[in-house]
Amino acid sequence: MSGITGIGQRLYRGEVSYDFVGRWKRWYVISALILLVAIGSLAFRGLNLGIEFRGGADFAIPSATCSVAEARDVAEAETGGQTIVTVATSGNMRVQTIPLTSDESIALADSLGAACGVAGSDITVQVVGPTWGAEISSKALQGLGIFLVLVTIFLSIYFEWRMAVGALVALAHDLVITVGIYALFGLEVTPATAIGVLTILAYSLYDTVVVYDKVKENTRGIAGQSVMTYDEAANLAVNQTVVRSINTSITSLLPVLAIILVGAGLLGAGTLLDLAVALAVGMAAGTYSSIFIATPVLAQLKRQQPEMKALAARVQARRKQAARTASSTTKSSDEDAADADGSSDSGSGAKSSQQTASPEALRELARIQSGDRQQPKRQSRRKRR
Amino acid sequence: MAPPATSKPGRSLIALVVLLIGGIVWAFWPGSDSSVRLGLDLQGGTQVILVPQPVVEGTEITEEQLAQTVEIIRARVDGLGVAEAEVTTQGSGNSAAIVVAVPGVGQDRVVELVQRTALLNFRPVWNVLSPFPIDAAADPAAEGDSTADGDSANESSGDTTSEDTAANATAQDSADQGGVQSAEIVQSPENTPEFQAEVDALSCIDPVNLAGGTPDNPVEWLGACDQTGVQKYIMEPAFIEGVSVTDANAQLTQQGIGWVVTLEFDSEGAGALADASTRLSALPECGTGATPCNAFAIVLDGVVVSAPRFNEPIIGGQAQIEGDFNAQEARDLANVLKYGALPVTLEVVDITSVSATVGGDQLRAGIIAGLIGLALVSIYLLLYYRVLGLVAVLSLGVAGALLYLFVVIFSKTIGLTLTLAGVAGAIVAVGITADSFIVYFERMRDELRDGRSLRQACDSGWVRARRTLLAADFVTLLAAVVLYFLSIGSVRGFAFILGLTTVIDLIIAFWFTHPVVVLMGRRTFMQGGSKWSGLDPERLGGHSAIESLAGRSRRKRRDDYRNRAKDAEGNGDDAGQSDQQDADDSTEVRS
Repeated sequence: MSGITGIGQRLYRGEVSYDFVGRWKRWYVISALILLVAIGSLAFRGLNLGIEFRGGADFAIPSATCSVAEARDVAEAETGGQTIVTVATSGNMRVQTIPLTSDESIALADSLGAACGVAGSDITVQVVGPTWGAEISSKALQGLGIFLVLVTIFLSIYFEWRMAVGALVALAHDLVITVGIYALFGLEVTPATAIGVLTILAYSLYDTVVVYDKVKENTRGIAGQSVMTYDEAANLAVNQTVVRSINTSITSLLPVLAIILVGAGLLGAGTLLDLAVALAVGMAAGTYSSIFIATPVLAQLKRQQPEMKALAARVQARRKQAARTASSTTKSSDEDAADADGSSDSGSGAKSSQQTASPEALRELARIQSGDRQQPKRQSRRKRR
Repeated sequence: MAPPATSKPGRSLIALVVLLIGGIVWAFWPGSDSSVRLGLDLQGGTQVILVPQPVVEGTEITEEQLAQTVEIIRARVDGLGVAEAEVTTQGSGNSAAIVVAVPGVGQDRVVELVQRTALLNFRPVWNVLSPFPIDAAADPAAEGDSTADGDSANESSGDTTSEDTAANATAQDSADQGGVQSAEIVQSPENTPEFQAEVDALSCIDPVNLAGGTPDNPVEWLGACDQTGVQKYIMEPAFIEGVSVTDANAQLTQQGIGWVVTLEFDSEGAGALADASTRLSALPECGTGATPCNAFAIVLDGVVVSAPRFNEPIIGGQAQIEGDFNAQEARDLANVLKYGALPVTLEVVDITSVSATVGGDQLRAGIIAGLIGLALVSIYLLLYYRVLGLVAVLSLGVAGALLYLFVVIFSKTIGLTLTLAGVAGAIVAVGITADSFIVYFERMRDELRDGRSLRQACDSGWVRARRTLLAADFVTLLAAVVLYFLSIGSVRGFAFILGLTTVIDLIIAFWFTHPVVVLMGRRTFMQGGSKWSGLDPERLGGHSAIESLAGRSRRKRRDDYRNRAKDAEGNGDDAGQSDQQDADDSTEVRS
């Protein structure tokens, strides 16, 4: 635990910096591979749609004493159609048949109950017309569309349109992966799945907003200096929020895992379990994309901006200048600088090259933005507070 | 940067406590119902989702029609006598859905009640036939066979008498009768072979034809089955439509033995009834092979519910149906008559019937999962944030209490029902609520690392975290609101809880977590940077953090500032320089 905090400290100060933004190619390739698998399984395996989308009748028999074959025989004899029988760990049995009328479903529930040693009234029955699922989905998609338009407007106003694009790319990434996982493992898609997917939508955007807010803070007034490029400032933001991202994903996933455990252990397949599986996958993808996809995409968009191009050139020029100065002074200047900085463990972070932002540069920028707040050399600057 | 967020943290806490106490008092006022309304998936029962279709294809369903339909269904469901049965609409226009939820009642009764909520028409009976389909090639004698069954039909059909007794009887009958009859012969089934073929082919022993849902156009002739499948009726166009029924009740007979159903019609219906009863009561009894015959059929959703004969003309719009009813049958028939006429037709798209045992199991599983999730998150937060974690856990606890309170309040006021999807939403919210604290605590730690004092960090960290929280929670709230208004089914319940927890998240963060952290920041325990505070300098690692947490008084620190300032000026690093200048100078200072 304290290890994480220590790392958090160094991440924050830019002493340990992981190049999330610069290594975008790596993340894109990883994501592209995952997306390829997701889209591939979606295309070739398709989704296993629940009866809500196909139409049919579903009988959940608690603690059934009959065998799968017996239940299937009873159901198929009575409905004359194909029947799917599944058994959950706790002995709960699920029988899915072709669409039935209300009376037929009551009759079948009684027969199944008689065969499986359960009262017919204890069997949970669901009968769905084939058009209902389509209706739910079209409603959900309509809602999704309107929500996306509104959220794009909000993000464009609160941040800027580039961030809105980045957030939407990350969102699409998460949704495709989640749906792909469903296709890959043949998990049943139910209305609960739809709820899960919609939660992921909110969660993914929430996560991205938190990271982007830090990016926004770090890049305030960035065009007015020449210490740091936008990429580096954005990367610093990701590094600074990475501990929070990890903590948040852990605290979000723990309850979801609890649902999966309890759901699988006590209930067998059901609404809770369906929901939790979608959430677990989506949240993991959401955390990943807010770090590895959303910010690199944003940085790439920003790179096209003339001011940012100019800034990058300025920073480059300044670093060349600094390199020349450094090579003309004594070799120990780096260590001196580190000592003067007062942080005993900053040696590890001092492996600055001229091409990337050094910890010192990061701190300089942070100081520029936050005015009197960040004072790496406290001996000389602390009095400003 | 905005000014420090809370100068008087006590006030926010007091405000929250007042809100909580006020809410609790209101919600749990003795004598009022303060239970959480549970959805059917949590307590067992039957839910039926209906999609209304306009009677005339291609037209739009108006809000009024929808409201009327819901009113009718609600009245019917209430007739079941189950408390907390509910009927709600979701969506609007032709894409609306009506959700009927009846706790604790099996599928059979609810579906029957609701599914039969269709068009109600009163039709004169032309003839009563046997329930079997008739081969088109067969001779007309086949019709004669039906008489055998006719008598048994009359037994169940019952008789009708006018409430004002037989005094105003037969005088004008014959005249009326003659006129109407001559008009009808033109339309008789024998003259329209297609209709005749249709009726012949109809099989009342096929349950499909007893389930209802057959189109019933009131201005056309109709061949239909009775609801038990023992009769087939050929009926003239309707003389009264269901909307004309103003009231219907099941009553004990005056003798106190058996039940009757009383009926009242509006003026239009009364006129039509007077005409029809006058004409029909003069006709020969049905089942004798005579066409037309003396009976009128109450046709609901294309199925004959009852076909009583007229004992006499009924003038004045009040009628009484007598028969061999038991209390239940009489009440059901009265309900059909009173609420039968719907302005739309309904299609049943989803029936879910959950047994009470399973419902209880799901609720228990949801609660257990929620508690386990909460415990795991609490352990994690305590391990990671120590005393701050304790604040976070407390905040989660208060958030949970607040959620329960709000659910009770909304159950009472707007009829919120807690469903399994809602429970799942609440469990998911644990993580999202915890995130607010994490964002705040991490910001605070950042501030400490930057060399601020704990007291400053509590406030300035909050100012920065607050903005992030507002933006991020706004997005979640937006999702919840859009989903709530646009979705149907279980998604809606989920969206409501998601939105509710997001608002609670903000309330807790603003009025509880931040004030508590600020108050704690004033204690020496936290300022001392104890290992258990979650903010100990060792773990944070910053030198300046150690300084600021070392328990120095403000004044002392200020003195230090001054001394150092002098030193620094002596060293030639002028603190008055602009930031930009500093940045540019830094390399030189170092070398």
